[in-house]
Amino acid sequence: MAHIKVNQEKVTPEIAERLASVCPFGAIVVSEAGLSIEAGCRLCRLCLEADQDGVLTLVEDKPETSVDKSRWQGIAILAECVGNRLHPITLELLGKALEMAAPAGTPVFAVVIGWQVTSAAESLKYYGADKIYVYDDRHLEHFEPLRYAMCAADFIAKVRPSVVLAGATSMGRSLAPRIAARFRTGITADCTGLALRDNGNLVQTRPAFGGNIMARIVTPHTRPQMCTVRYRVFDAAPRRENPTAQVEVMAVPHGLANVGAQVLDVLAKPEELDISEAEVIVAVGRGVKDEAGLRLAKKLADILGAQLACTRPMVENGRFDPRRQIGLSGRTVKPKLIVTIGVSGAVQFAAGMDKSEYIISINSDPEASIFNISHVGLVGDLYEVLPAFIEKIEREGLVR
Amino acid sequence: MNIIVCIKQVPSTSNVEVDPVTGVLKREGTKSKMNPYDLFALEQAFLLRERYGGTVAVLSMGPNQAMDVLYEALYMGADSAVLASDRRFAGADVLTTSYTLAQCVRKIGEYDLIICGKQTTDGDTGQVGPEMAEWLEIPHACNVTAVESFSEGEGAFIVKVNMDHSIYTVKIQAPCLITVDKDINTPRLPSYLRKKTVGNAQISVWSMGDLPDQDESHYGLTGSPTQVERVFPPEAHDDRVCFTGTGEELAGRLYSLLREKKRI
Repeated sequence: MAHIKVNQEKVTPEIAERLASVCPFGAIVVSEAGLSIEAGCRLCRLCLEADQDGVLTLVEDKPETSVDKSRWQGIAILAECVGNRLHPITLELLGKALEMAAPAGTPVFAVVIGWQVTSAAESLKYYGADKIYVYDDRHLEHFEPLRYAMCAADFIAKVRPSVVLAGATSMGRSLAPRIAARFRTGITADCTGLALRDNGNLVQTRPAFGGNIMARIVTPHTRPQMCTVRYRVFDAAPRRENPTAQVEVMAVPHGLANVGAQVLDVLAKPEELDISEAEVIVAVGRGVKDEAGLRLAKKLADILGAQLACTRPMVENGRFDPRRQIGLSGRTVKPKLIVTIGVSGAVQFAAGMDKSEYIISINSDPEASIFNISHVGLVGDLYEVLPAFIEKIEREGLVR
Repeated sequence: MNIIVCIKQVPSTSNVEVDPVTGVLKREGTKSKMNPYDLFALEQAFLLRERYGGTVAVLSMGPNQAMDVLYEALYMGADSAVLASDRRFAGADVLTTSYTLAQCVRKIGEYDLIICGKQTTDGDTGQVGPEMAEWLEIPHACNVTAVESFSEGEGAFIVKVNMDHSIYTVKIQAPCLITVDKDINTPRLPSYLRKKTVGNAQISVWSMGDLPDQDESHYGLTGSPTQVERVFPPEAHDDRVCFTGTGEELAGRLYSLLREKKRI
């Protein structure tokens, strides 16, 4: 059991106070008896870094029960299917896996689990994996954590990949931890950065405390090293001219029908008009003067799969449903991306959207205050920029 | 129906920052509160108890001060509370946290349902629930938006599960574990009357010696396969830029920006 030891002889009230204030978990307690480390300690080691007086020492007496890592090779991704088509996260996982595998020529595997997913597996052959393992069965038609875990565990036990990547989707978040516990191994959620060290250890970077700090995490002694990866963080693997992978159809584990829960019914989610939950928003302001401008904005929203939102004047002039209004008297939004069009950026509006992850603004007035809060400002006439943009998209046939 | 709700004490603000020079976490005070997502789990348990009878036990792991959130749960209506607290549990990652909680559940014994919040606001992983279910060898469902019914005859719950693009209706056999979505109900407030009657005698504090498995290497940092190597501030991206140009040029900018953000 590792723990932090206090050398009480070196403790002065000032040192004690300072070290206690460094601990984010309030685990360092100052009392008359001196300094003590309470059960709240998570061994984050921040106090050790702050300790310049040699008061604290980390006592590590870990029995290293390391697995034979040489028996675990390759990077595997858990593909995700929506119906019998591949979810785009699959190609992003593959893109990252291939990038990490390239330097050492590490093999890359994909596991496809579902029902009637052979065509999905066939299409995946063109994206650079070395081998694709398919578990195809009627009882896998809908995602069910125990059944999918049985298949993934069967694959892991047979192939022994060193790394297993899953999407941080509804499925991946539910499935991957279950598998990790089955193999008594570590799992890191929502990684935004991944790299492979020469010794085969996966360096996982993830945001913590709501993204206010980043943590770098490794799983040095157990295999497989597992993590989930956020959607739209890594670049998708490009399609190759020729197939790279063999497809192997696996026998599904016994007793699949009798485990887990039963999905009785699947209902497509109704389109809800709730801009506060939207991932992408196109927001329209008074600079959009007419129906033609509105059509351009709608077109952009369609291209981006975005919700259309607006400023207060656009509700007052009757062009928009009040539920689409952003700002102090409307909704507060925090999308991953917001594109504002013809929005001046009044304080009341900005307060409802300035926490957005990425803000792009188009406005013809270079002095518009919206540019003060935008990551990227495009100073130009929306009636020129948007048609040119839409034409470019249509030329490439990229409309979703 | 016997329900166990897992709750956690978290810092009351996630507004922590890392000093870019010293790498030390800056924080304002040491105030803490119940993980807000757990309030929906608790309320779901109370609603089920109202409908089907039974008991609601709350379970947490943490230092002694985590008793505060257990008391809060008792004042809201929980029947009993357990705190797993031991220095040997410190430094636990997802695997050992879920293992410790699962050990506590085994000691509690009879239960039909375990409810967890969707995730915590400090760890933010949402992984402890599914891992507990694996340790306990029971089925689970994440992101449950409604517990529609419980059939005594079949011993199964009908729940709605929020998947990315659809809503599943799922029949799940008891005992099982669910994690509930936020905003699926309106959590009640702690009651003053209950506070008066509950007093302060009802929390069992368990250390490793109280649990079925007493092998130290399965708990805390020692049993944790993951190691945090370093924490650091995220890259600041307050690099605001403005572009001017013709409609065509700006359209090109917009195109490459959206491309880079993987939106087209």
